[in-house]
Amino acid sequence: MKKKDKPSWGNAGTENELPKEDSKEQLLFDKKLSRRDMLRLTGASSLGLLLGGGGMGGILAARKAAGQAGQAGASPQHTGTDIIPFYGNHQAGITTPAQNFLCFAAFDLTTTKLSDVQKLLEAWTAAAAALTSGTLIGSVNDNPNLPPADTGEADGLTPSKCTLTFGAGPAFFDDRFGLAAKRPASFSDLPAFTGDSLEPQWCGGDLCVQACADDLQVAFHAIRNLARIARGTAVLRWTQEGFQRTGSADPAGGTPRNLLGFKDGTGNPDVTDEAEMRSVVWSGSADGPAWMNGGTYLALRRVRFRIEVWDRSTLSDQEATFGRHRQSGAPIGARDEFAELNLEAADASGKPVIPPDSHSALAHGDGSVKMLRRSYSYSSGMDLKTGQLDAGLVFISFQKDLMKQFVSIQQRLSKNDRLNEYMVHTGSAVFACFPGVREGGYIGETLLG
Amino acid sequence: MKIGYAVPAGLLAASLLFAGCASNDNNNNGNNGNNSNTSGNNAAAQTGNGATSSPSATADSTAATTADFTTAIDEYRKYVIEQCDEFVKQTEGFTDAVKAGKLEDAKALYAPARMYYERIEPIAEALGDLDPNIDARENDVDAADWRGFHKIEQALWQNNTTDGMTDVADRLLKDAQLLRAKVETAEIDANLLVTGAVELLNEVSSSKVTGEEERYSHTDLYDFVANVEGAQKIYELLKPELAKKDPALEQTIGERFTALLNELAPFKSGDGYVSYETLKEDEVRKLSQNLDALAEPLSNMGTILGV
Repeated sequence: MKKKDKPSWGNAGTENELPKEDSKEQLLFDKKLSRRDMLRLTGASSLGLLLGGGGMGGILAARKAAGQAGQAGASPQHTGTDIIPFYGNHQAGITTPAQNFLCFAAFDLTTTKLSDVQKLLEAWTAAAAALTSGTLIGSVNDNPNLPPADTGEADGLTPSKCTLTFGAGPAFFDDRFGLAAKRPASFSDLPAFTGDSLEPQWCGGDLCVQACADDLQVAFHAIRNLARIARGTAVLRWTQEGFQRTGSADPAGGTPRNLLGFKDGTGNPDVTDEAEMRSVVWSGSADGPAWMNGGTYLALRRVRFRIEVWDRSTLSDQEATFGRHRQSGAPIGARDEFAELNLEAADASGKPVIPPDSHSALAHGDGSVKMLRRSYSYSSGMDLKTGQLDAGLVFISFQKDLMKQFVSIQQRLSKNDRLNEYMVHTGSAVFACFPGVREGGYIGETLLG
Repeated sequence: MKIGYAVPAGLLAASLLFAGCASNDNNNNGNNGNNSNTSGNNAAAQTGNGATSSPSATADSTAATTADFTTAIDEYRKYVIEQCDEFVKQTEGFTDAVKAGKLEDAKALYAPARMYYERIEPIAEALGDLDPNIDARENDVDAADWRGFHKIEQALWQNNTTDGMTDVADRLLKDAQLLRAKVETAEIDANLLVTGAVELLNEVSSSKVTGEEERYSHTDLYDFVANVEGAQKIYELLKPELAKKDPALEQTIGERFTALLNELAPFKSGDGYVSYETLKEDEVRKLSQNLDALAEPLSNMGTILGV
């Protein structure tokens, strides 16, 4: 009964919001009895509540549905700068400047029918278009006899630059769905790296959804609703939330700092340089199967920092570990954050200024191999065994070739990086992120269609 | 334990009529065009078709005014009474064993007797204090008021005795008999059927899956199965109406019941079920996920109620 106790007036907005093309009957209804009239007439009695639940609620829903239809699907009711278009040649959330928050979810498919997977991706597409434009998903949100199609916690919130990025893991190409022949040649689970301490509950997945938004509630709402829609077809395998400093805390939009206090992402390629993105990120016609044209590969590592150990190391140790100055982010010996890493520079005694086994030096290598990093910090409470913080980095990178890019860099790092002393890799997953979705199409259509 | 079901019957009828007049068809659940979605998450289906669903005034008002649940309600009342009859009988056997100090007999009779109750729990919950009196767990109620099955469960399994349980057993039987008497007059309407089915699964989700319901006897799987069977009974009764209104949803729910019961099958042992303690973590999770997969479309059965 609880749902019925609450009349739907709150959603009505003002009369001005009525779309002109509302049906005659609705207009008639509104003319005959304004909300206020109705309240007065019924004196908020049970009859009033009844009308609220049954009659008025229905009309509001009809109005909303009419509005949505009139706007041709994905068009949002919000406008302005906080919408990132969902449709396009590439998926959003890759070259999109990193929003404040991350909710990452890996799913396992419970169905063994490819047709079910396709239906799921179609349903996810429709939901994603609504979720990223700040509209309620589904058309049934006012029927008192049914659970609302949208869980509601983002109702009234702006789209908050929400992006949803979908991908398929190597397991998706096993023998369940007959897709083995379509697996890109170099796409498989990552090899074991020196020092890995992977826990199964943070690894793998048939499908992934990376939800990013400038509001955590908006991002969570997206994952929650996609998981709900998936019920019966796919289940959550693991989820991880992430954050970075918000735009309002850093209006200048400087390079964000990780939880070790250092700027992270300084050496990233320029996402506005399309040629660079084609050479680093986007899979092209020469790179693999046609269905991945315009897609990219995501590598995710859940990296726990040994925060307590780091906190008692000296500043010079910390800087030598990163190869950069903490405050400015500049390479050791330089003043400008974006100064070139000069790995040849030596001090008076002939020792390299930037330690060759520092994180920056090793990650940079000879500078020929790049990837687009898009990481977030995470904090997952504390380790009950030790009482220490369970916090660190959700490392995420995008690249057109996992082996040539992420793996070759990570192999270098895992063997020698000074930073290894202060962190442990607990989770690992890779996903082939589909090309973008055209309006009327669905996520993964190039693979399944 | 909550939810007054007494009022809605009348209100609902009026509401249906009103909705019919207002012909607010776009809110017709968006389900009519969803036949393609046989894998059928209903919410997903709505998402896919919502924006394009066209008005179907006739269909809606017809459904709203002609949906007749009399047969389903009568059948359900019959079912509830049958279950109650058996519940009283089995409870009597159980309480007799407790009073006679037959510990092992009592243990054996405990879980099977409870299944008759668990199948019709929403009805008991609608009947005032009967549910807490019969089925409260420790800490659900004030210590002084704690009685019923779980109090005896604690004695049998934790303290390994029937001592001191004679009065509790007598009261339990009386409460069971009272339930049997009261169900004759219980208000049952279509709304109760729909919400009751979901509630039965929610019961599983919130206490059986976690192993909290039967914390001493670990007979949670008996309750689990009984709750699911109770929900399935309601689904079977509403099936004809649902098939008319949303065949894809009807089919999905049917498939998911089958899937869940298949998941439960390996845990059968003789006439009953294995101890919940023997389930591995991933087995529990799989049961829970199958339950959620069923409960989600089941919660959309309200579509047959009209608007």
